[in-house]
Amino acid sequence: MTVGTSPIRKDAVAKVTGKARYTDDFTMPGMLHAAYVRSTIAHGTVSRIDTSAARSMDGVEAVFTFEDVPDTLFATAGHPHSLDPDHVDVADRLLLTKHVRYHGDEVAIVVASSKLAAKEAARAVVVEYDELPVCVDAASALADEAPSIHADGNVIKSHEFIAGGDLNTAVDGADAVISGQYHTPVVQHCHMENHIAYAYMDDFEHIVVVTSTQIPHICRRVVGQALDMPWGNVRVIKPYIGGGFGNKQDVVLEPMVAFLTTRLDGRPIKLELDREECMTSTRTRHSAILDCRAAADEDGTLKAVDVAMTSNTGAYASHGHSIPSAGGAKSCNLYPRSVIRFSALTHYSNIPAAGAMRAYGSPQVIFGLECALEDIARKIGMDSVDFRIKNVARKMDINPLSNKPIRSAGIVECLEKGRELIQWDEKKRRFANQEGPVRRGLGVACFSYGSGTYPVCVEIAGCRLILNQDGSVHMQVGATEIGQGSDTAFAQMAADTLGISYDKVHVVTTQDTDVSPFDTGAYASRQTYVVAPAVKKAALELKTSVLEYVREMTGKETASLDIVDNNVVAANQPDCVIASLADVAIDAYYHKQRGGQLTADVSHKTRTNAPSFGCTFVDLEVDVPMCKIHIHQIFNVHDAGQIIHPLLAEGQVHGGMGMAVGMALFEELLVNPDNGRVLNNNLLDYKIPTFVDIPDLGCSFVETMEPTAAYGNKSLGEPPIISPGPAIRNAILDATGVAVNRMPMSPKVLFTHFHDAGLL
Amino acid sequence: MFPIEKYHMAESVQDAVRALAEDENARVIAGGTDVLIRLHEGHKDYRNLVDINSLDALRRIWQEDDGSVCIGALASFTEIMDHPLVQKFVPVIGEAVATVGGPQVRNRGTMGGNICNGAVSADSACAALVHEVDLVIENVDGERTESVIGFHAGPGRVNLKHGDLLKYFRIRPENYLNMGAAYYKYAMREAMDIATIGCAAGLHVTDGAISELRLAYTVSAPTPIRCAEAELAAKGQPLNKTTLGNIAQTVEQDVKPRTSWRATKEFRMHVIRTLAAKVITNAAWKIGEKIA
Repeated sequence: MTVGTSPIRKDAVAKVTGKARYTDDFTMPGMLHAAYVRSTIAHGTVSRIDTSAARSMDGVEAVFTFEDVPDTLFATAGHPHSLDPDHVDVADRLLLTKHVRYHGDEVAIVVASSKLAAKEAARAVVVEYDELPVCVDAASALADEAPSIHADGNVIKSHEFIAGGDLNTAVDGADAVISGQYHTPVVQHCHMENHIAYAYMDDFEHIVVVTSTQIPHICRRVVGQALDMPWGNVRVIKPYIGGGFGNKQDVVLEPMVAFLTTRLDGRPIKLELDREECMTSTRTRHSAILDCRAAADEDGTLKAVDVAMTSNTGAYASHGHSIPSAGGAKSCNLYPRSVIRFSALTHYSNIPAAGAMRAYGSPQVIFGLECALEDIARKIGMDSVDFRIKNVARKMDINPLSNKPIRSAGIVECLEKGRELIQWDEKKRRFANQEGPVRRGLGVACFSYGSGTYPVCVEIAGCRLILNQDGSVHMQVGATEIGQGSDTAFAQMAADTLGISYDKVHVVTTQDTDVSPFDTGAYASRQTYVVAPAVKKAALELKTSVLEYVREMTGKETASLDIVDNNVVAANQPDCVIASLADVAIDAYYHKQRGGQLTADVSHKTRTNAPSFGCTFVDLEVDVPMCKIHIHQIFNVHDAGQIIHPLLAEGQVHGGMGMAVGMALFEELLVNPDNGRVLNNNLLDYKIPTFVDIPDLGCSFVETMEPTAAYGNKSLGEPPIISPGPAIRNAILDATGVAVNRMPMSPKVLFTHFHDAGLL
Repeated sequence: MFPIEKYHMAESVQDAVRALAEDENARVIAGGTDVLIRLHEGHKDYRNLVDINSLDALRRIWQEDDGSVCIGALASFTEIMDHPLVQKFVPVIGEAVATVGGPQVRNRGTMGGNICNGAVSADSACAALVHEVDLVIENVDGERTESVIGFHAGPGRVNLKHGDLLKYFRIRPENYLNMGAAYYKYAMREAMDIATIGCAAGLHVTDGAISELRLAYTVSAPTPIRCAEAELAAKGQPLNKTTLGNIAQTVEQDVKPRTSWRATKEFRMHVIRTLAAKVITNAAWKIGEKIA
């Protein structure tokens, strides 16, 4: 069995030796390059645009402005198409815009013979504006006098649910109630490979788009919608991709390059964003204000949690209200025996557009929730870990929102394991009653998450297996490898189910919508969960085809046969090899009278959604006069069901924890509140933590068996980022008595809080 | 790709200063860690370049007969950090440049560029001020020497005239002998950052009392500065916590931090005070002294 072991990942050698080809590694004769002309103000309309100087510059082929693009509003969110008209994404984008809504908005685009010539010409386009008032936050965007950023006003959507009982009864009857307001920042994905795409036409109808995307099949549909052309006329190819973290679960550059090639006789046109553009003009994480209440009894029973979230989507909707909606819903698995109210409102503003980012609303919701939980635990005088153990989900609890049973839940064991790992009880005693400028503290926080998007969205996955002449197997999936290791996991699954070795499974890592099975792509930590049944089904079908063919070859009954270690064997006597898979394959291909290519081609819809769980424990030191945090130890403990590949799983957890530490202590994309100008659109001024800023990261698993999953597995891709933030906040509170209710808890924020608390 | 319009690879110091004199728009490129960023942004002022990277004479680090330590303007931060003469006689310069950027930037970036670009946050500036470094400058009229004290003229501005080429830094023995010196870079992260506040102290101690303090800051005024009032307040005082407290208070008279989106004036002032005591303590430790 390779599931549960750590074979070398399928793409490891290609990536570390530079053999792997990414979008920018492909070029074509006559390829042109495009560069955007971006607005220098955050809100206004273009009053004059002069492209004459740009058009006359060396190498410039064309300049298009907002006057030249189709008048078709389109939605960009990387969601599956919805048959429900009430559940479609907000269509609020044009390819180029006269009404600019954030600093960096796209008013024109230059196409030239080189990227440098395009950039230089873009700088030469003269644009004048009639400026409009700027709203950067909820207070200004929701004010009565606020200008409408889009035609239907500044509120995109709001909703509320109450689950598990009556909120007022629960709150009024509780021994203690706390409330607080918590803030999370705009952060950016900072994937290594910036957004890049190119497009060309190889006949007069079809457009080929090669792009760094998480969602090739969705991208095909959105390009078709944006250009008002049949979806089947768009072919999207996804080569290796250098990270996405949700920022490429959105259709950003592809409609533009497709448009440009149609206007330039099908010539290949590449559009590659600089880091500065990528940081402001792709997507970000929504900032949020969380007004929370928590109510509990003296015995530690959590009675109610009440989270009201205000989510700032920026200039365009993108994933819009789906972010708080998902964040609220996925958190209902965590404390399912309490009453839960969740309400949310999403609004526009004149800041860069927010979209999907790792864990999709949950880091925001859980920051509010787990800060409030800490505050109520402290109010009733109960140990933070004991309080959570008492209230978190247990197996076969009913999720109060979905009314579905929680079939696997290891969160109690996660908390117990984390408490041991960090030596919670011993350190609690040691850190009590500290004085002086440098103080230690302990913090904990929990999360729950989903495995995919069902029942909100369709969950469809495809897998095709082909037995090659040499007995190896080619696998094609529609799901995308974006660095998380999904190709490796699928190969492990197929190998085990087929009875062949891992190295005999070759996964076609490129998705090509003309060729690959349909799948909606990498997001929602869905792929190992929803693709696994397709892989398993395809592997079983191929195995059956092989065994049936062996019956045809040998006359032995199918039921008496099995495949073990790349050989067809007698089921009751695995040592008895009947034929190698290679012998079977070559016979099937080349025998003149019988056989054929042995394949399986499966499309599978998943109709379940398994909750995953976990928690973070942190031991940190606060240097009060220096306003700095030093993390001594941090552990994430996860219940992600059965672990398919322990080494990759650990890497996934480390990566998520690193991003979480960034959001907790360092990162924030800042705008000037007066004029909406982005202040730190680069990796010097936007403080992503460096190697020396990230502590050693500890990771552990509690392996439950999820009965709805093909291999017992649950989500792990996004979850590691969710709980470190509130755990760090709770540890700073533990160390200093100061509640820092906003991320990032950077030195300047700590200075203000410590100063106001009288520590400085 | 960068929008470079004219490019000249200088073959000698004389060739470089002639090329600079001939083109009023010419700029020197050394490590390129600032110039190439400006060009990436499309800046118009850096498109005519005189490249001095082949002038190996400017890359040397050596000691003169009188004991002066000399650091070529083109010596990379890595070369400075790793050089035995720097480590032995002026270690705080090595410590300061070790905080610049990350390894790749330190392999390319030069102390010459760090001082000549006039950055208010230059990591080498505090150490240079504490050592009262001489700058040996050449132009078509010949060579001259200026002190780093007063060399900075404003944010991004120094007392270089068009056509000037900095050749090397010279640290005379009276500016390093018997001096304990330390640098602390306060930044938002521990690497790959520019200073929120930088602070260096050079300390002479006689019989437990401060005989001389040299205290320098970056990002605390429109230029990197020395702190005359705080230095005066320290002179002759016992090396103890009370003195450090007084210095930390007095330094407020020397600095003029400002509020920007990066940090507020109040936060910067707090860091300035906190670093005064911390850095002087570290400087004392370098010469085997402890704070009483």
